Amino acid sequence: MTQAIGNFRRANASLFAVGALLAVFLLLAVLMAANAKDPGMTIQAWTFVALAGTFLVGMCMWAGNPPENDPFDDTEYEDGIIKWGVFASMFWGLVGMLVGVVIALQLTWPNLFYFPELGWTNFGRLRPLHTSAVIFAFGGNVLIATSFYVVQRTCRARLAGGMWPWFVFWGYQIFIVLAATGYLLGVTQSKEYAEPEWYTDLWLTLVWVTYLLVFLATLWKRKEPHIYVANWFYLSFIVTIAMLHIVNNLSIPVDLAGTKSVQVFSGVQDALTQWWYGHNAVGFFLTTGFLAIMYYFIPKRVNRPVYSYRLSIVHFWSLIFIYIWAGPHHLHYTALPQWAQTLGMAFSIMLWMPSWGGMINGVMTLSGAWDKLRTDPVVRMMVVSLAFYGMATFEGPLMSVRAVNALSHYTEWGIGHVHSGALGWVGYISFGALYCLTPWLWKRRGLYSTKLVEWHFWISTIGIIFYIVSMWFAGVLEGLMWRAYNEFGFLEYSFVETVEAKHISYIIRALGGLLYFSGAGVMAYNLVRTALGHGEASAAEATKPDVTSDSEPSLQPAE
Amino acid sequence: MSDPSEDIDAHSGVETTGHSWDGIKELNNPLPRWWLISWYISIVWAIGYMIVMPAIPALPGMGTNTLGVWGQSDRTNVATAVTELKTERQASSITLLDASLEEIESDRELQQFALAMGESLFGDNCATCHGAGGRGAKGYPILADDIWLWDGTLDGIETTLRYGIRHDSNDQTRFSMMPRFGRDGILTSSQVDDLAEYVLNFSDRSHDHAAVTRAAPIWQAQCASCHGEIGTGDRSVGAPNLTDAEWLYGSEPRDIRETIYNARNSHMPAWEGRLDDASIKALAVYVHTLGGGE
Repeated sequence: MTQAIGNFRRANASLFAVGALLAVFLLLAVLMAANAKDPGMTIQAWTFVALAGTFLVGMCMWAGNPPENDPFDDTEYEDGIIKWGVFASMFWGLVGMLVGVVIALQLTWPNLFYFPELGWTNFGRLRPLHTSAVIFAFGGNVLIATSFYVVQRTCRARLAGGMWPWFVFWGYQIFIVLAATGYLLGVTQSKEYAEPEWYTDLWLTLVWVTYLLVFLATLWKRKEPHIYVANWFYLSFIVTIAMLHIVNNLSIPVDLAGTKSVQVFSGVQDALTQWWYGHNAVGFFLTTGFLAIMYYFIPKRVNRPVYSYRLSIVHFWSLIFIYIWAGPHHLHYTALPQWAQTLGMAFSIMLWMPSWGGMINGVMTLSGAWDKLRTDPVVRMMVVSLAFYGMATFEGPLMSVRAVNALSHYTEWGIGHVHSGALGWVGYISFGALYCLTPWLWKRRGLYSTKLVEWHFWISTIGIIFYIVSMWFAGVLEGLMWRAYNEFGFLEYSFVETVEAKHISYIIRALGGLLYFSGAGVMAYNLVRTALGHGEASAAEATKPDVTSDSEPSLQPAE
Repeated sequence: MSDPSEDIDAHSGVETTGHSWDGIKELNNPLPRWWLISWYISIVWAIGYMIVMPAIPALPGMGTNTLGVWGQSDRTNVATAVTELKTERQASSITLLDASLEEIESDRELQQFALAMGESLFGDNCATCHGAGGRGAKGYPILADDIWLWDGTLDGIETTLRYGIRHDSNDQTRFSMMPRFGRDGILTSSQVDDLAEYVLNFSDRSHDHAAVTRAAPIWQAQCASCHGEIGTGDRSVGAPNLTDAEWLYGSEPRDIRETIYNARNSHMPAWEGRLDDASIKALAVYVHTLGGGE
């Protein structure tokens, strides 16, 4: 009892610390709003005040009426954040995919979806909204939610830091809203996947470093002797993203109450830094982060041991060591010195097998449970995601070869490649994790409807195939058209002819995107009904968060 | 911790590492052999590639970077490719410069070359406004028909290309300026309406004969000097023929009314200085053969 109260006091200190931090930033934001040098800053600063203020007030009201049980009870897992995370993932996923459909339509019929009097509907503003919403808002929330779930289970320890994990979650949502509204206002530093301006970057740095500390502190107090492989991947993701984010966003604000800033790097140095960031955002956000999800949710769901511990070690270290060097392959045949291009390509080729290690380990974990591919559509989704992962990580090194890149660069092939990874790998492994998490967290017997998962799977899979096949076709077509010479040594096609030639592909791509978005809508409906305990989800599970019949009670030693 | 050798997975018969996290165990399978061999091959290949290509930034005193044993250099390759292309085109380009436009059109081989060159140039420079194949758009004349605002001869087309139309910074540009009759208060709004009926009457589309009668003296005073007594136009000032079925800015009464009220006076840039002489010649030949050259 006394120990419980002691825990509560310690955790209470985190309440005051988070409150004080929010108060300081609220004050700064009010000052910036009052002295704003441009209309963008006025809106951004007041948006921050509204969101952070709501967070602070909500926290104070909650702390003023503490629940009867210790809210920071160290003998129970912190699952509240993860429930919020599941919904945030679904919400931002739907938003991001919808914007994706809209910009696909804009590209297909530019005159129908063009509203010059509404600047924020312009493709140039909606495109970063789409990429950031699906990568950072959807993907980021899936990663934060699953990492908080997995690290607690595999360490048999409650999340460290009391209120701080909540700061990570809500702070991250504030970052998302600031970034998204900034894009629509035209506030951007024009770096792909790193568009938010300096103050949003600073806020994210604070949130992300807190995330790292919470994760490390939870690992520190683990009751398992060893750190599970999923946690290595999560940790590499959190540490590397912190490094990439900080270095690529080094800039000097023009005014402390203005949105504009000036990059520290310029010219080819800036380009290389940007693609070191851009490539490793793919590597450490969209690859290692989601491999961590794979390493927990696949063995857990199919109830089989991970195929090879040795393979997980070798492919983990080789993946993170080699990935970080491959960025220059985004700058083939540019002002970047040729030696740097060679290095980027050589490391990309060496990266192929380390990437495939994760696929092998995931797929082979099913040995002894192959029947689940037929019976459990959630397992099928996760295994298909590994197939897409394998395909995209073969295609990546292939496209990094300079001779191939000479054809593929700047074409739709790149878009097709990215989406086979994004829709197939990242999307499906995330959907699989959300389908697992929802019944586990809300303690339901199962999902509201397995049949709807089947529908989701097939609608989305057809959508992905439409998307990537149309983009491969359009990419190779326009790449060949761009380089075609006639018998007299003149270019055979004008640029506008290549644009015309891919119109049909654009229509198919938009249809594919619409199907994929519809599938995600079906999932959201299914998950909400599951959380509400409807249909097949009705009967309650055991009160403890164990999910497989043969696993040990979670808070007792496992060995 | 239990001895790993004691924990054997029943299905595969492989031992586990002996740990368990939330019920998840790990098998002690070796690295797949094909995987390891493929990885070694890729590493050997990468090292080989770094030896044959420029790859290693040099240490002080070693120059800029290793040049690779194949001596491949993007800069050299691009320079060679550009030189090759220039050589390939050179003979024909020189003939093109020396020949008159008429000679180009009468020499089959030279014409083929000019058309290929012109088509390529047209796609990059002209199709943006005039459409692929010169099919035109509202405000941008069709170049594939036989209706010409200024001049449809080879020399005339070349002049238009070279100096542009109403291009401010070129003294020899083709120039004319239709007044903004409504906006500048030269005519009242009802007079503009009447004139629109008068113009429609050229193509027998007027329904208001009183308006046509009212507008007749206005036409004579304001319009006939350029567009002609009977509306057939005057190419020397780029005044279009208003009696045919071709309308650059639309054939509807409201389009015609807007033209009279605001005038149009669109621009085309002068290409002299932006394209070389051979290119302009090739473009003239290309446009001339699109369908309506005179």
